[in-house]
Amino acid sequence: MSALINIGYLVASVLFILGLKGLTHPRTAVRGNLLGAVGMLLAIVLTLTDQQIVSYEMIILGLIIGGAIGAALAIKIEMTSMPELVAVFNGFGGIASVLVAGAALLENTLAAEIPLVQLTTAIAVSGLIGAVTFWGSLVAFGKLKGLISENAVLFGGQQIINAALAATALALSCWVVIDPANGWAYWLLVGVASALGILLVIPVGGADMPVVVALLNSYSGLAAAATGFVLSNNVLIITGSLVGASGIILTQIMCKAMNRSLTNVLFGVMAPAGDGGPTADEVYGGKVKSASPEEVALLFDAARRVSIIPGYGMAVSQAQHPVASLAALLESRGITVEYAVHPVAGRMPGHMNVLLAEADVPYESLKDMDESNLDMDQVDVALVIGANDVVNPLARTDPSSPIAGMPIIDVDKAKTVVIIKRSLSPGFAGIPNPLFSLDNSLMLFGDGKKAVLDIIAALKDS
Amino acid sequence: MEMFIMGLTIFVLAIFVGFEIITKIPPTLHTPLMSGSNAISGITLVGAILSSGSQHTMTTTILGVLAVIFATINVVGGFMVTNRMLAMFKKKS
Repeated sequence: MSALINIGYLVASVLFILGLKGLTHPRTAVRGNLLGAVGMLLAIVLTLTDQQIVSYEMIILGLIIGGAIGAALAIKIEMTSMPELVAVFNGFGGIASVLVAGAALLENTLAAEIPLVQLTTAIAVSGLIGAVTFWGSLVAFGKLKGLISENAVLFGGQQIINAALAATALALSCWVVIDPANGWAYWLLVGVASALGILLVIPVGGADMPVVVALLNSYSGLAAAATGFVLSNNVLIITGSLVGASGIILTQIMCKAMNRSLTNVLFGVMAPAGDGGPTADEVYGGKVKSASPEEVALLFDAARRVSIIPGYGMAVSQAQHPVASLAALLESRGITVEYAVHPVAGRMPGHMNVLLAEADVPYESLKDMDESNLDMDQVDVALVIGANDVVNPLARTDPSSPIAGMPIIDVDKAKTVVIIKRSLSPGFAGIPNPLFSLDNSLMLFGDGKKAVLDIIAALKDS
Repeated sequence: MEMFIMGLTIFVLAIFVGFEIITKIPPTLHTPLMSGSNAISGITLVGAILSSGSQHTMTTTILGVLAVIFATINVVGGFMVTNRMLAMFKKKS
């Protein structure tokens, strides 16, 4: 029977891998996700047949409560809040690992046998990573939601406290390994790891949140893998390592796209605000041209190819639906419209694509940064809406700038650039953007949604 | 110990499989990738079910049930929200 269960777990693991493989293309992605869900159902059903289980009431109760909460969250969540939801889910995965490892430890000590060192090590690792993931994710959630200051919260001696907590957590882990019969060591470890999780995420600034959410995603996978070692269960080990790998890759991509090293993100270190860099007055002084919606409409009328560069500001002003209607209107007049999406345009990896897909933008017109930079010089009008640092040419031209070397969308190479923005205020990097004062740039000042609606009205009038 | 080495082998090999597949996923789908991989990391549910059903003591049962609740939220919510997002990508094509 146990051999049959293990073969079933193998099938489930294969389904998870095929499911992830399905995500490599939007056409196969829905099926891929379903394959993953089928794999999960198989794993659950098989586990329910395990002979260790003597009572089903509590399991069914837990499944019903959890299922109802999960379904309600999934149905009600706004797409703009997706990063918060993923953060919370990461955290729940982490706490589940803490609880399962805690229960396993208790069962083993009750069995009055001395548990193996590898088992107690796995239990300590599960508790440690799981608790860091849970509390770190809750802080990330609070920051994304605005419940906790979005800014990097820094205080004196922070590194020292973190180092002390990490050392304590390691010492407690050793205690759990050496003396598993002592029930308190494990929960002390969980407590210290919780404090560590909170303090690790607190110093991270709002702009760096995508990196942290990706990293916590990876941790939640590693916690599941560690629990797999606790239970000697291969399906947990395989799945956990898949998710761990996925989170690490996304973390790397995000760090690269933001020009930040992982260490700087984790310790809340911002690049020095480039002293000696040009001031706002020097960059903008008398050179910024502002345009009316009517003038922008005239530009579009004469264009053959338009590229839209959305930033998080677009999502904040809920402008994605008007933007999609503007694009549809332009396309109905024979103009080619595409979207150039920077990897950190949203609050988590790929977030902007989801927001645009929600507004019925076909994925064929969504281009990634490299693809759109290839022929930016062929674009007649580049419309930047709610983005700033990711289109700042200083990243290419000024080696002393804090964003030097950051990959950007080269909108300054388009024939004309229209920037919709409330004011000339700087983005997260805190530096002026020479793009706004280029000869081929026009500023359309105002709220993103209203500005786009005004352009649509002007286009329809002309 | 043999069990452990076996597990470690599987762990390392699966990480390589993960790297191979996930580097091929386009940036457009990175958010669904995160929520979807999140859902499958709720596989801890398997362990939670065993803990809550084997009824060693009251404490292990309570720990198990709480773990079942958290992991099920993760699994059900993760798959459903991923499906919701992916359906939006599919709509027009």
